[in-house]
This record gives sequence, C-alpha cells and structure tokens, in this order.
Amino acid sequence: MPQTVEQAKQAEPTGLLATAALAWRRIAGQAKKELYSYFYSPIAYVVMVIYLAFAGWFFFSRFFLFGQIDMRMYFGTAPLLLMFLAPAITMRLLSEEVNTGSYEMLMTLPLTTTQMLLGKFLAAFVFLAITIGVTLSYPLTIATLGPLDWGPVIGGYVGLLILGAAYLSIGLFTSAITQNQIVAFILGFAICFLLFLVDKILMLVPGFLVGIFQYLGVEYHTMNFSRGVIDSKDLVYFASILIITFMGTRLVLERRK
Amino acid sequence: MVRVEDLSKSFGLVKAVDNITFEVKRGEILGLLGPNGAGKTTTLRLISGYLRPDSGNIVVAEKDALANTEPVREIIGYLSEYNPIYHDMLVFDYLHYIAEMRDILPAQRTQRVREMVTTCGLKDAVAKKIGELSKGNRQRVGLAQAMLHDPEYLILDEPTAGLDPNQIIEIRDLIKRLGQKKTVILSSHILSEVEATCDRVIIIHQGKVVADGNPKELQKQSVDETRVYLKIAAGKGSQVLETLKTLANVNEVEITEDESQEIKGYLVHSNHDIDLRPDIFSLAQKKGWILYEMHREVVSLESVFRRLTTAN
Repeated sequence: MPQTVEQAKQAEPTGLLATAALAWRRIAGQAKKELYSYFYSPIAYVVMVIYLAFAGWFFFSRFFLFGQIDMRMYFGTAPLLLMFLAPAITMRLLSEEVNTGSYEMLMTLPLTTTQMLLGKFLAAFVFLAITIGVTLSYPLTIATLGPLDWGPVIGGYVGLLILGAAYLSIGLFTSAITQNQIVAFILGFAICFLLFLVDKILMLVPGFLVGIFQYLGVEYHTMNFSRGVIDSKDLVYFASILIITFMGTRLVLERRK
Repeated sequence: MVRVEDLSKSFGLVKAVDNITFEVKRGEILGLLGPNGAGKTTTLRLISGYLRPDSGNIVVAEKDALANTEPVREIIGYLSEYNPIYHDMLVFDYLHYIAEMRDILPAQRTQRVREMVTTCGLKDAVAKKIGELSKGNRQRVGLAQAMLHDPEYLILDEPTAGLDPNQIIEIRDLIKRLGQKKTVILSSHILSEVEATCDRVIIIHQGKVVADGNPKELQKQSVDETRVYLKIAAGKGSQVLETLKTLANVNEVEITEDESQEIKGYLVHSNHDIDLRPDIFSLAQKKGWILYEMHREVVSLESVFRRLTTAN
C-alpha cells in the first residue's frame, strides 16, 4: 500500500517552474473547494439573487424613463451594490473556519497561509465575476434596441471587477479579524462605505487635505471606469487597497499562531 | 522520528506548554496523557504546525519543522480534537478535496479515497453530508482525512473521544495496526486506552512532562507501597483489625467492606516492597480466621497518574 500511494503522489518540485506549478495547484485546489461550498450553501444564491434583483431594478426602472441606449446608469449604481455584495461573499470565508475550528485542519494541510488566502480570494472573485457576468445581459439586450457604444461598457465592467476585487479583499480582511460572520459583514460594509464617503465630506476638511481625501475616495476612481477610461492612477489606488488588506489579513492570521 | 526540544508556548499569561522535551522513535506509538488542560492539545498542535512555539525546536524526520512548515506538513497526518469539518460537504467530496490538497494525482484520487473509505468503514456514509453523520462516523472521516496521503507520522488528538465501546476497540485496533509501520502520537485522558495502545507514555501536567516511559516501567517506578486486600470471617469480638496492625512491616489497615457482621474486607498497607501474604496467611491460620479472599493489589497506571497530576 505505501508504495502505491507514493507513486500516486505528484513528483516533488524541482526548479522554479515546478514550484510555481505546485503553488498554483494548491491555490486552485483551495479555490475549487471554496467555490463548491458557495454553490452548496443557500447563502450564495440568496446574495446573488438580491444583487441581480436590485441591479436590474435600478437599471431598467430608469432606462425606460430616459430612453437612452446607455449603460451609465448601471455603472453608477453597481459600485453601491458592490458595497453589500462583496462583504456578503467574503464574510464566512475565514470567520466560519476559525469559529467552527476547521481552520485548524486547513492549516495542517501542506499549503502556506498566502496560498490559502489566494485560493479563497480567487473563489470569491470568481463568484463575484459570475454574478456581475449575469448582468452582461443588460448591454446585450439594449444593444438590440439601437447602437451601443461598447467602449465604456467594457471599461465599466473591467472597472467593476477591479472595484469588486478591492472590496472582496477588504471583506476577507474583516472576515479574518472576527469569528462572527455578521460582524465580518458589517465591518466590511463599513470600511467600503467609508471609502465611498470620504470624498463626500470635502467641505469639512481643511484645505491642504482635500487632495488626499479626494484621492482616497472610491468614487473619484470609479468615475473614470464608467467613462471607459482605465487610468494607471486608479489602478495604483485599487492595487494599494488589495495589497494592504491582503497583507493585513495575512498578518492577522500569522499573529494568531 | 519526532524530536521536541525545550518547547514552550504561552497564551497570554497561561503557560500551556512549559519547556517540554521528548523524542518519538520511528514506528513507536506514543501516548500523551494528562488531565484536561494539561497542554496535550497544544503540544500536538505545535508538532502539526498549526501553532508556532514561543521557543524551542521541533524536528520531524531530521527536518527542522519550524523552518520547513510545508514539507513537514506533507508527511504528517493530523486529526484534531473536535475534528471539525465542513458540515455542508459530502464525505466523498471532502476526501476528494483533501486528496487534491495532499498532491495525489488526479487519476488516483478516487481510487485512494475508496481505499480509505473501506479502511475506515465509511462505505454507508460516503454519499452523506458530513453534518448528518454520527459522531463515530465523523471521527472516521477525520481519520480517513489524516491517513489519506499515507503519512509517515500520525498525530491524533483524542482519537476515541465520543465513540461507543465497539467503535473505540475498532479505532484502537486500527491505530495499533498503523503503529506497526508508522509513528503515531496520540493524546488521551483515558488511561486504559493509553495502556492498551501505546508503546510509550508521557504524562503531562501543567505544561510539563512529569513522567516518561512505557506503561510497565511507569507502574514499577511508582511502587513504593504494597497493598493486600483480604476478606476474612472471624468470630465476634475477635480483634482482626488490631491484630493485623501488629504484623511486621504493616503501616495501616482499613476496613473497606462490611459484608456481614462476621465477614469483612480489609486493606493492608505497607511502605516496603514486601509480599505480606505469607505472614497474613499464617496469622489467619493461627487465629482460626476463615480466609475468603486475598490478593495483592497492583498499582495501576491510574494511581501513578493520579499521584503525578494532583500534586500542588
């Protein structure tokens, strides 16, 4: 028996490429399991349906009012909905594992904390992309009614995914700092909301800080996306959020060891 | 081989593990014994790589486990105390996931999962959700998970907790069978279990190792007292208790049983490693007592355990 199992195992990695392949297998394996869990639990469907219902309502209720072949309405409201959607997707990813104790088993599997987190993040992102992907039916539908400028639409969707990734990373972080899913959700939403609010209170801020606060505001960066512009300044902003929260999550988990 | 050197781990002000050192040889079954909260689970969690020690070294198969966390995790199978697993998942899917994470080739995964399902007696449960399983079956899933990649080292935290007597015997046999080829470290607070399965026992108390040896050795070590139990029928007014006390080397005699007015059970204590039975027998003969029963009480691991873990 031992020999057969030894043969059944994948060869030990040699070289950089093989090591990277091994790391990817572990990340993908973890992501696969998380995606499986999403589609096995009712929460995911509930979250998805609520998002789609609100997004559809916000979009089409005004679409017919204005009568314009334009997706700007959707890209205006979707970032607000993402503030709810993203933390709802990530809320149980770490909090539940730690709460039930399955985290202990997870961390005795041969994968690093980083690989584990990347796997979970990837699964959340794929789920988010599927949810957002369903709304591709809107531009496809309205394109049949008249000429649609696809540039801003594609830019808008890429922007939504980038924004969603940043929000997911925030949600993953709040899921790491508490064992309670609800608390993780509320904290995640609060941080996303704060980033949304920060450039809405500019008149209360002393003059020399206005620039910083404006830059910190999330809408300042998503505005460009919905116009179909993807600026490196905005990419740096979202990449910073991703990296900072990801490192924060990792730190929280490592400190707990 | 697993070697643990000067291992310490604190949680806040509580020293859960305090300077523990021990070694487990290849192919040995080691039992960690101790009352609840003694630091058994923390020790196992440290070896499995789930927790990081504050100080000390862990060496698994000649590798520094603290510097090579992932390679060491690959050769360890771990079953945690409460064996928490994803309740939403089907047993088969869960084991498949573990097989994937344990680097078993895609083509072999199903085959390997099937083997483990057979070994652990999970055939009827394989298509059920883990949350719907009985405690015993859940424990088997945990064991299957720990053994799936055929690890060299098995770390089992209270493997028989919550099982019924039949299941306990099954799991024990399984562990014994595995222990012939593998190195097993298990924890328990049930003494008979450790006595029945382990080649060696380490008793932990308040985060420290207080005894280390095979069960027989430990029993011998603590024999600084001999006890003889006897049941005697004597006529009214015969002062059995007092007469027994006058025997040489006897420290204490107590009545432990009152069967009737005549028949009583006595426990004779001696501080010397001496067999008192011949003396007692001739005494009884001389006095005309009827001896119903007489046996020397063996110091059980239990009393060793009690003595070592109730001090201070």
